[in-house]
Amino acid sequence: MRSCVLLACVPDTASVIKLGAAGNRIDEAGIKWVISPYDEFALEEAVRIKEAGSGHVTVISYGPDRVQATLRDGLARGADAAVQVTGGETTFGNALAIARVLAAAIRKLGGFDLVWAGVKGVGSDNSLVGAMVAELCDLPHVSGVLKAEFGGGKVVAHREVDGGMEVIEAPLPCVLTAQKGLNEPRYPSLKGIMASKKAAIQTMSVADLGLDEAALAGAGCRWRSLALPPAKGGGMILNGETDPAAAARELARLLREQAKVI
Amino acid sequence: MTEHLDLLRLDELLSEDEKTVRDMVGRWVDERVLPGIEQWAYEGRFPRELIPEMAELGLFGASYSDYGLPGVSSVAYGLVLQELERGDSGLRSFVSVQSALVMYPILRFGSSEQKDRWIPALAEGRAIGCFGLTEPDFGSNPAGMRTRARRRGEGWVLSGEKAWITNGNLADLAVVWAKDDEGEVRGFLVERGTPGFSVVEHKGKYSLRASVTSQLVLEDVELPDAARLPAAHGLKAPLACLTQARYGIAWGTLGAAMAVFRTALDYARIRVQFGGKPIAAHQMVQEKLVWMANEITKAQLVVWRLGRLKDEGTLTHVQVSLGKRNSCWMARECARLAREILGANGIVNEYPVMRHLMNLESVFTYEGTHDIHTLVLGKHLTGFGAFEPGPE
Repeated sequence: MRSCVLLACVPDTASVIKLGAAGNRIDEAGIKWVISPYDEFALEEAVRIKEAGSGHVTVISYGPDRVQATLRDGLARGADAAVQVTGGETTFGNALAIARVLAAAIRKLGGFDLVWAGVKGVGSDNSLVGAMVAELCDLPHVSGVLKAEFGGGKVVAHREVDGGMEVIEAPLPCVLTAQKGLNEPRYPSLKGIMASKKAAIQTMSVADLGLDEAALAGAGCRWRSLALPPAKGGGMILNGETDPAAAARELARLLREQAKVI
Repeated sequence: MTEHLDLLRLDELLSEDEKTVRDMVGRWVDERVLPGIEQWAYEGRFPRELIPEMAELGLFGASYSDYGLPGVSSVAYGLVLQELERGDSGLRSFVSVQSALVMYPILRFGSSEQKDRWIPALAEGRAIGCFGLTEPDFGSNPAGMRTRARRRGEGWVLSGEKAWITNGNLADLAVVWAKDDEGEVRGFLVERGTPGFSVVEHKGKYSLRASVTSQLVLEDVELPDAARLPAAHGLKAPLACLTQARYGIAWGTLGAAMAVFRTALDYARIRVQFGGKPIAAHQMVQEKLVWMANEITKAQLVVWRLGRLKDEGTLTHVQVSLGKRNSCWMARECARLAREILGANGIVNEYPVMRHLMNLESVFTYEGTHDIHTLVLGKHLTGFGAFEPGPE
C-alpha cells in the first residue's frame, strides 16, 4: 500500500496565542510548531498499515521552512519520504488554496493508493482540506475515520455519526481523514529522530506545480480579522447559609431567566 | 508541554535534533510519568511497565552508536536525562545505570561475545543491569573494597557484598567490581541466578522511592573467565564508568530543579495572602524565585559546555565533578526554596516538591558526594589530595 499523509504544521496547542499587528494573523514570534494532532493519527495509521504488510509512506506539507521540522517528525515516526511544497504563503487559513496546492502535489507525485489527513487542522479548525483534496483529485473520501480495514482494492471505513456508527465502503485510491480514537500515535524514537535528520526532503514550489500564486491567494476565503475571546467574567455566589430555600429559588430563577439552561 | 526556563536563549545553542529529542522525551514524561509518579513514589514502587516504552523510545545507551544504537550527541543525551529527572530522579537513575554503568563498561571493556550477547538485550530492555562497586563499608573510598575475585582453575570465585545498588533486584545482569589476588580491581558480569549470588532490597527509604536499591551478596560465586571484562584493569575502569554517569546526573538534576522552580512559580502566582496580592508579588518570594532561576540558568550553561567538551573528546573527570557538584547542590537548594514558597502545601504529594527534595538528598550524595567532588576540585587546584586513601 502506497500512502501519502498530509501534515499541517500548527502552533502547539499549549501555545499562548497573541494577535499579529495586522489583526488577521496570529503573532508567530515564540510559537512552537508541531504536527497537527489529528494528522498524527493519520500518520500513525499509514505507518501501521505499512508495518503490517508492506508499502511506503510519503508525508507532504505545504508551507515555509518550519514545515521541514514537521516533515522530519513524520520521518522519525516511520514515514519513508517527505515532500515540502513552498511558495504562495499568503494562503494562510485559505483551505481551498491549500487543498489546490496539496492536490497538485499528490497528482504530480502520483501512484498513491491512499491519501491520509487529519479530520481537521487544529490551527484554523476548518475540517475542509481533506474533503477538498479528494474533490480536486476526483477521489472518493471518508472523513472522521475511527477504523479502516483494507482488502480487495477497497477500504471499509467506520465513522461516528450522531448516535451511531456509519460503515462506508470505498474503492482505492481514496482519501481518508483521521478522527481521534483511530489509534494511539507513537512517540518518535531517538533512532528515528537521528535518521530523519539525515534524510533528504524533496521540495517543490507552487510554480513547479503549475499554480499561480496570485490566483491562489485570491481564491476561496480570506481571513479579515481575528479577535481573542473576551476575558471571563467573575462568577456569582449565592449565599444559602441563612435561607437555603430562598437561595435555591434564586438559583433556579437565574438558571431559567439569565443562563436560560433550564 | 511545560515551557522551559530559558532566560539566556540557550535553546539557540542546541541543534534541531537536540531540541526534538528533548521535546519528545519531555512529552513522554508529561504524558506517561507525571500522571503516576506521586503514587508510585508513595507506594515505593518502580514503574517496571515503563521499561518497554523507554526501550522503544531508544533511551538506553542513546549516546552510543554501536549495535545500531541511536548515537545522539552528548547534549541530546543530557537533555533526555534532564527530562526524565523532571519526572523523577528514580526514573533517571534507572536509565543512567542501564546506559552509563552497564552498557558503557560492556562496550568499553567487554569482549565481542559479551557485547553481542548483552548490548542488544540491554538496549531493548529485555535485560536490566546494575553496577556493583559500593560496599557497606566503602562508599567514597572504593579502593578499599573487600570483594575478592580469586583464581580457581580457568575461572574465578567471587565473594563479598555490594550495597546501595540501583536496580539490583530488577537486574538480570550485575557488573561487579572485585580485587584479584594481586590487589588489582577487575570487572565481572554476574548473571541473576548464578549460584551463590543473591540480592536483597534496601527497605525503608525516604528518597528515590520510585527506584529499586539493593544489596548484592556474593558467596563463593564461581564464574568462567569469559565473565570477566577483559579490558578492565584497575580502579580507573569503574571510575571511568562513574564519570559517564556523573555527567548524566549533572544534566538530570537540572530537570528536578526546573520541576520545583516551575511548581513554585505557578503556585506563587495564584496563592493569595496579605491584602489580595499573590505571594509572587512579595519581595521575599521573588528573591527565592530569582535565586532559583539564576542558578538554573548558570547550571544550564555548565552542562551544555560539558556536553560539547564530551563530544570533542576532551572532557575531564575534574570538569564532570564540577558539573555534578554544582547541579546537585543547586537543585537541592531549589527544592528547599520551592518547599518554602509552597508552605504547608510543599510537604504533600499533591505537588512534586517534597518528592524531588527527598530524591535530591540521595542524588547529592551518590556517585561521588558533594564533599568528595569538592576535594577532587581542590586537589586539581592546589595539587594537594585531601582524600588520599589511608591504610585500611
